[in-house]
Amino acid sequence: MATGVAAWLPFARAAAIGWMPVANLPMPIAPTEKNKRADELIILNVSGRRFETWRNTLDRYPDTLLGSSEKEFFYNEDTKEYFFDRDPDVFRAVLNFYRTGKLHYPRSECILAYDEELSFFGIIPEIIGDCCYEEYKDRRRENQERLMDDDEDKKDAKLPNMTFRETMWRAFENPHTSTMALVFYYVTGFFIAISVLTNVVETVPCGTTPNTKEVPCGERYTVAFFCMDTACVLIFTVEYLMRLFAAPSRYRFMRSVMSIIDVVAILPYYIGLVMTNNEDVSGAFVTLRVFRVFRIFKFSRHSQGLRILGYTLKSCASELGFLLFSLTMAIIIFATVMFYAEKGSTSSKFTSIPASFWYTIVTMTTLGYGDMVPKTIAGKIFGSICSLSGVLVIALPVPVIVSNFSRIYHQNQRADKRRAQKMQKARLARIRISKTGNSNAFLHSKRNGLFSDALELTSSTEEEQQLSKNQSLLESQHHHLLHCLEKTTNHKFADEQCYEQSYLEGALHSYPSRSPSFSSQEGMTGTCCTCCSKRNHGPFPNSSMPTCLLTNPPSHTHPHHNLQELSTIHIQPLNTSRSSLNMLVDEPARPNCQSGTITTAIISSPMPPATTPEVDAHLPPTGFALQNVVKVSAM
Amino acid sequence: MGALMVIFSLQKDQRRKRTDSVEDELELSAVRHRPEGLEQLEALTRFNRKELQILYRGFKNECPSGVVNEDTFKDIYSQFFPQGDASKYAHFLFNAFDTNKDGSVSFEDFVMGLSILLRGSVQEKLNWAFNLYDINKDGYITKEEMLDIMKAIYDMMGKCTYPLVKDDTPRQHVELFFQKMDKNKDGVVTIDEFIDCCQNDENIMRSMQLFENVI
Repeated sequence: MATGVAAWLPFARAAAIGWMPVANLPMPIAPTEKNKRADELIILNVSGRRFETWRNTLDRYPDTLLGSSEKEFFYNEDTKEYFFDRDPDVFRAVLNFYRTGKLHYPRSECILAYDEELSFFGIIPEIIGDCCYEEYKDRRRENQERLMDDDEDKKDAKLPNMTFRETMWRAFENPHTSTMALVFYYVTGFFIAISVLTNVVETVPCGTTPNTKEVPCGERYTVAFFCMDTACVLIFTVEYLMRLFAAPSRYRFMRSVMSIIDVVAILPYYIGLVMTNNEDVSGAFVTLRVFRVFRIFKFSRHSQGLRILGYTLKSCASELGFLLFSLTMAIIIFATVMFYAEKGSTSSKFTSIPASFWYTIVTMTTLGYGDMVPKTIAGKIFGSICSLSGVLVIALPVPVIVSNFSRIYHQNQRADKRRAQKMQKARLARIRISKTGNSNAFLHSKRNGLFSDALELTSSTEEEQQLSKNQSLLESQHHHLLHCLEKTTNHKFADEQCYEQSYLEGALHSYPSRSPSFSSQEGMTGTCCTCCSKRNHGPFPNSSMPTCLLTNPPSHTHPHHNLQELSTIHIQPLNTSRSSLNMLVDEPARPNCQSGTITTAIISSPMPPATTPEVDAHLPPTGFALQNVVKVSAM
Repeated sequence: MGALMVIFSLQKDQRRKRTDSVEDELELSAVRHRPEGLEQLEALTRFNRKELQILYRGFKNECPSGVVNEDTFKDIYSQFFPQGDASKYAHFLFNAFDTNKDGSVSFEDFVMGLSILLRGSVQEKLNWAFNLYDINKDGYITKEEMLDIMKAIYDMMGKCTYPLVKDDTPRQHVELFFQKMDKNKDGVVTIDEFIDCCQNDENIMRSMQLFENVI
């Protein structure tokens, strides 16, 4: 029950008088308040700062420290106050929770200190009010991320018993872990740079010998460049092989982008080695050398920024693809138009539509090389339209990419918010569970045999004391209210399982089944409660009570035998073996018979029409099995 | 050129954020209500000073503005019946407490109602119950009114009951009620029939005394 409205319980109970004339059954006895104290002020001394409040205010939340008897541990006899050696600033928020029902998070407090105080006072942080919940969760998340970062740094510490392979892999992935790894990292970086530089310088025309024309350095110092190239490729090959060896999942490693780049960077050399002096393919060989430039992509292992750029382009791929498509459309349209416009003019460069593509692209990107210009008037008109529209069309990708960037950024934020909302859902689920826990508290207390029909009008005070021992007064009053409602409507509260079963039984009512499927019942540690017993009391008005189940002739044909499968039996987890149930047949009946208390039996008595004595013997053990939960009534 | 497009698109986002700030100013200060002094209330009701103090503190805590409107009332009442839907019955209760029909229950209404329910004579309690059932306050309880009330009560039980509440269970219950109460079988129950019949029913008389010691 929501404790904030505990003050209105008297009103709700008073309003229950409205049900009385309608009810046909007698009402249960109301719980009396033992030691009803007039409301008094309590003094809470928190590290010297004194807070005072009514006792009833604290009693609103009986499952917290201040609301339960746990606070008695902190009672100081001499000063007649409760002393807590905790932070008084956070205690303000805690006490305000009792007063207003809403828990707030003071933003100036450290999140960890606040959490500690909450757990000390037994308050779950999920009930922080909506006004402060986002802030609380944000701070919590930041804190956790910081802890995770710290953990990641700590992770770099060498774990014991790492195999050589794992050490190598860690060295490759995080160069900062050891000096060897750092050396390796810088060496490979250096060689990548050297290799790229070599490729570039190879083509520069070197100093000339006086009588020959200028030759590129590559041809002049062939051997030197070849040695340089070989050295670099050797280093790269060794590196690739080492990574391949160290990778935890070789297949995944070979599929990764970086390894593909590595392979493409070193392959041309080997292919070149294989195919030297073969005139036919030397042309192809030359083009292969172009792939050597891919070595520059190996730098992305060394640079975080390159990786991010690559990732962004990859994520913008669809937008860029669409843009390319629209550009292609525009190019084709304008190229066609220009071709047909310029067809008439003499010595026109616009020899074909594909030839006009070049003009269109150059014009649309506002490059305007001038190698192809329209000469006819129509051509010039369409050319100007082309360049104007080109400005518009080419200007599109920039906001697309920018919006993609911002979209990805906001997606991250939204993912966080979604996570926060999931937290919200989880939080609501938790609150709901605790609420249904409260609504099921009534059913729990019934099941525990605390309520009974016979107690209605002739209860002894011991029973009442037993009642109030386990529940707070508020709870017992609330349960009494719900019990009155049950009496008024002559229906009982049940929980989900019971509802489904009774729904099923309504459906199955016409289908008689004769097997007492005991095993199926074993699985259901159902919570179907007093309802089942009540039902079974009906058909046996003249049968002796369940103690005599032992001796009841199995000829009782029970009109509701079809319900055997559905009626649940509380079975304590200890007694799941049928043999053990068999063995202890005789014991339980007697002590239960002797109990003078008349309480409801929560056994369904599935009386099988079969007359096998074993089956019979199975039945009473259920009574035993439920010792704490069920007291077999001994009328 | 591209920069212009970028700036343009960014501006759109900002404009979107500015819109939803102003609309929350409509929450004016709620109606404030101060109850009569303690002495008057003591005279009007059968509670003593201390009880009134406790009642008022609880009342004011839940409704700081001093009056309960129907929605708050429904909220509060529904929290006691988590399994079912208590809003209909709360509506009828609200009408029963709101004696001056102004749409809100002030502390005086609240405490006077409670005084009747908890400290009143059986006659007064029965009167109050009749008033609750008589939805249109015409002095007669018709079967339709009773059916409404009955459905509202059964709604509070919720779905998960044993045995299942069938569709005509409220109706049957109403029939039972009328059989008992409607002496001259004219289809309505008047206040005299009601009080008469209740006074002759032991169960009802006993249950009326049930909540004597609630406060």
